Amino acid sequence: MGPLIPNGIIPIEWDSIIAILIGIVFGFVLESSGFSSSRKLAGVFYGYDFAVLKVFFTAAVVSLIGVYYMDYLGYLDITQLYVHPLYLWGAIIGGIIMGAGFVAGGFCPGTSLCAVAIGKIDAIVYVVGIMIGVFIFSELFPIIEPIYDGYFYGNLTLQDSLGINPYWLVFIFSIIAIVAFVIADMVRKRIKNVFY
Amino acid sequence: MTQDKQENKHVYWNPYFGGFLLGILILFTFFLTGRGLGASGAMKSSVVSIVGSVAPTHAENNTYYSKFISEDESPMNTWLVFEALGVLIGAFISGGLSGRISWRIQHSPKITSTRRLVFALGGGLLFGLGAQIARGCTSGAALSGMAVLSTGGFVTMLAIFGSAYGFAYFFRKNWI
Repeated sequence: MGPLIPNGIIPIEWDSIIAILIGIVFGFVLESSGFSSSRKLAGVFYGYDFAVLKVFFTAAVVSLIGVYYMDYLGYLDITQLYVHPLYLWGAIIGGIIMGAGFVAGGFCPGTSLCAVAIGKIDAIVYVVGIMIGVFIFSELFPIIEPIYDGYFYGNLTLQDSLGINPYWLVFIFSIIAIVAFVIADMVRKRIKNVFY
Repeated sequence: MTQDKQENKHVYWNPYFGGFLLGILILFTFFLTGRGLGASGAMKSSVVSIVGSVAPTHAENNTYYSKFISEDESPMNTWLVFEALGVLIGAFISGGLSGRISWRIQHSPKITSTRRLVFALGGGLLFGLGAQIARGCTSGAALSGMAVLSTGGFVTMLAIFGSAYGFAYFFRKNWI
């Protein structure tokens, strides 16, 4: 049955309208969870606020269980879903650069948009920075292209990479998330409060 | 009411509640569109569209821009751009209801506003560059990737958080 738009159950003309509606909920949830505050976001890297870890991993576990459960019930065909491809070194190098940018600027692109919406000037500067970064990438594209297009392994899932039953992976991942939440709360108690 | 708002300004949702709703939203997005959420894609489209109108020949000759330029459609006419507009509206509503809307530069009292802005610009630049190399940011690659057990999504997530923890020591003065 699902996904609904690719299978023509909802006409394609609704695509952009649905995009805006989904965006509104996305922005509302992120802002209400405190993701418009760079000091709250950065807390995860210094142990004074673990909101990022908790929101991020709860969302991942809920959506992961949901996707596999809806597939099991036959409401959603998992083989039709877009799987982010694996370009191994692109993912690693890009991820490392993003991590440095995250801790330097205190936002990621989605959260910076939320902060722009409530008038944070540092977030506006951050978004300008992102656009300069994209510009630099595009201008240097011939040099970066071997990493960008190389080391391609296909639209792999962990099931393909590790050869483990996906339901076990979902279970293991959920346990890891719960353990991470417990450890985060323990660390949080030992770290001096930071007021922001 | 005003005082109530003042007190609630920094009170956010329980993170597990926010995470649960976000997870349901990702599931719903996959159920409707077959794809996940994203954020950096909209900024890429903006850059393509700006360069395309300022220097059209340059954009056509560049191998990266030209992937996103077509004769009859604006590069802004993509799903992710509409979604990003929605994010701005949604965050504005949420911030407005909690009295968080104001023009300000948020920074630790130990650093100046200028320093905050310089680091914000540099951080954004790095994130923008990295998000293109990895073909997605924390939303598009890591979060949406993890929902379908994508290996690429997990690798990107581990690289982002691993590197951020690794670099955290050097930027500690900005935050704590």
